[in-house]
Amino acid sequence: MANMTAPEAVKPKPVATERPPAKLFDLARDKLRDLNLFLHTRAALEGAPHIHVNNPDGAHSVACGLNANLDVHIHGHVGYYAAGMNQLASVTIHGNAGPGVAENMMSGRVHVKGFASTAAGASAHGGLLVIDGDASLRCGISLKGADIVVGGSVGSFSAFMAQAGRIVICGNAEDALGDSLYEAVIYVRGEVRSLGADARFEPMNETDVAAVSMLLDRAGLTHSPKEFRRVASAKSLYHWHADADQEY
Amino acid sequence: MTTLALEESAGFDRHTIEYIQRAAASGLYEIRGLGAKRRVPGFDDLLFLAASLSRYPLEGYRERCSTKTVLGTRYASRPIELAIPITIAGMSFGALSARVKEALGRAATELGTSTTTGDGGMTSEERNSSKTLVYQCLPSRYGFNPDDVRRADAIEIVIGQGAKPGGGGMLLGQKVNPRVARMRTLPEGVDQRSASRHPDWTGPDDLVIKIKELREITDWQKPIYVKVGATRVFNDVKLAVHAGADVIVVDGMQGGTAATQTVFIEHVGIPTLAALRQAVDALDDLNMRGVVQLVISGGIRSGADVAKALAMGADAVAIGQGVLVALGCNSDTYVSKDRHISAVEDYAKLGTAPGFCHHCHTGRCPVGVTTQDPELELRLDPMVGAKRLKNYLKTVNMELTTIARACGKQVVHHLEKEDLVALTVEAAAMAGIPLAGTSWIPGRTAL
Repeated sequence: MANMTAPEAVKPKPVATERPPAKLFDLARDKLRDLNLFLHTRAALEGAPHIHVNNPDGAHSVACGLNANLDVHIHGHVGYYAAGMNQLASVTIHGNAGPGVAENMMSGRVHVKGFASTAAGASAHGGLLVIDGDASLRCGISLKGADIVVGGSVGSFSAFMAQAGRIVICGNAEDALGDSLYEAVIYVRGEVRSLGADARFEPMNETDVAAVSMLLDRAGLTHSPKEFRRVASAKSLYHWHADADQEY
Repeated sequence: MTTLALEESAGFDRHTIEYIQRAAASGLYEIRGLGAKRRVPGFDDLLFLAASLSRYPLEGYRERCSTKTVLGTRYASRPIELAIPITIAGMSFGALSARVKEALGRAATELGTSTTTGDGGMTSEERNSSKTLVYQCLPSRYGFNPDDVRRADAIEIVIGQGAKPGGGGMLLGQKVNPRVARMRTLPEGVDQRSASRHPDWTGPDDLVIKIKELREITDWQKPIYVKVGATRVFNDVKLAVHAGADVIVVDGMQGGTAATQTVFIEHVGIPTLAALRQAVDALDDLNMRGVVQLVISGGIRSGADVAKALAMGADAVAIGQGVLVALGCNSDTYVSKDRHISAVEDYAKLGTAPGFCHHCHTGRCPVGVTTQDPELELRLDPMVGAKRLKNYLKTVNMELTTIARACGKQVVHHLEKEDLVALTVEAAAMAGIPLAGTSWIPGRTAL
């Protein structure tokens, strides 16, 4: 995978604690259960929309299942399923994310300042996932309507069976990009080692350029949209037939 | 005596010849609905030893026999409490119409049991009609969303299905109508393929973490079920226990499907009887009986089947195909405005007849059960369906308690494997139950 410029916050910086009314959790001391319960039940009620989490230390399921207009900053690296099933909230991970970051997100925004492991944004229905660094295998697998912007490159089988939504890849893609795509669209700026079954390059039209421009802008990236190529489904697998005996 | 000129080959019988010639003509494998048609060792191969001098029976018409069943007691703060140990198996909206899902919910609620979603998400009809609804988390994640996770009563992570362990689902385009397409985020009318692996985890170590994520999202309130198709059941059940499941559902090879390759249905997986024995052995091996509950499914039809499953160690059963048959599947008529109307011609159009149909995949169900067609689905009135299903489940439950009383049990969960004998050597070996009239369990005790 092509190495991109090292993202901003791979080295986590604990946030200063003297910023009321922001609420601070320190996972070196506080339990994950207490953090998530607070985020699910009390954060919005108590008018504490700004939450900082220090010392996640690779914990799994940090800030998953949120359903309120919260602004959560996680200062450090997280394990699996950070911001999983997110709704409405903005979650920023000032570090790297383990597998399944923002999996099944419905709305809101998740921003990984570092790198993301496998299955980033898997089956996400809505919202925006931004990964400043690279994303590993199966980024955007089974995508169902969300937008993903990857500042770096993506691993193999990214966008596998992606049904709806957009993935912008500013770097390269490994093997089998967009295998068995449905209606999702991929925009890739770098090289693609191989396309998956039923995926094909298509010309960029004005709508595509505008979409890439908008998504790059929302992700804080400045590439020219015209540097991107469009990958979409050839739709040859939409109906079961004998000539695709290895594809079903 | 058959003359040599008309002698049928055992290896290349008419069925095999038809299969080869159809394959040669089409280049496609056959896809169909429902479950395995081949004969495999099953609950019919077991018998009960009721009370006599050495056991004391309960009086069948006067003494109570409890059927209360609690699932999900291991970690969930809100376990599932059911009035009967007979639940409705996961079946998708898409495979079934919304009216059928409503009928399932109504009947289950009236009898105090649970129903289960399927691939394709949760419909308002089934949520509103079901007091207790189990929400499946499948590899496809079609329609899976946190709002429905929160309004479910339990979550069932589906690893596999008895009819097709290791395979993904199929919903052919004729059943992908606008509502199904919208719920699954798919173009209308496409042949929908479901993944066979979950998108965000890949093995038992990951499953531990996935279960914990779902517990965090639901604030540790809802039981987490893990459903496996019956293959290497002993190991799979152990792994599911280690992964943190509250309830394990094991689906044997007789389990049904809306649409799967026939070669899968008939040739992959092991019979429910063998699967149940292995599952119970795994829980015993881990000393987890009673801590992790076991639900068995795959071809359960009658109160006798349920009683035998419970006696072998299951905590509850799940029924799919039996439920559909109760609604009218394979009936020669459907009910409209209190009148029975013949559906035989519509079966004939599919090339089949009542009693033989497995054409769920076509979406042209003659009795309106497995269809999304706006006219055909009207053939199943949810109120009529709910009444029929309620009758069926009540009957099954009465049969269960009748047998339990005869075995001297005040609680159906007190049925035990010592109450059973096997009719055949195969069933004795698979079920770990002695052959009738002997103390011999092939593979376990000396002859």
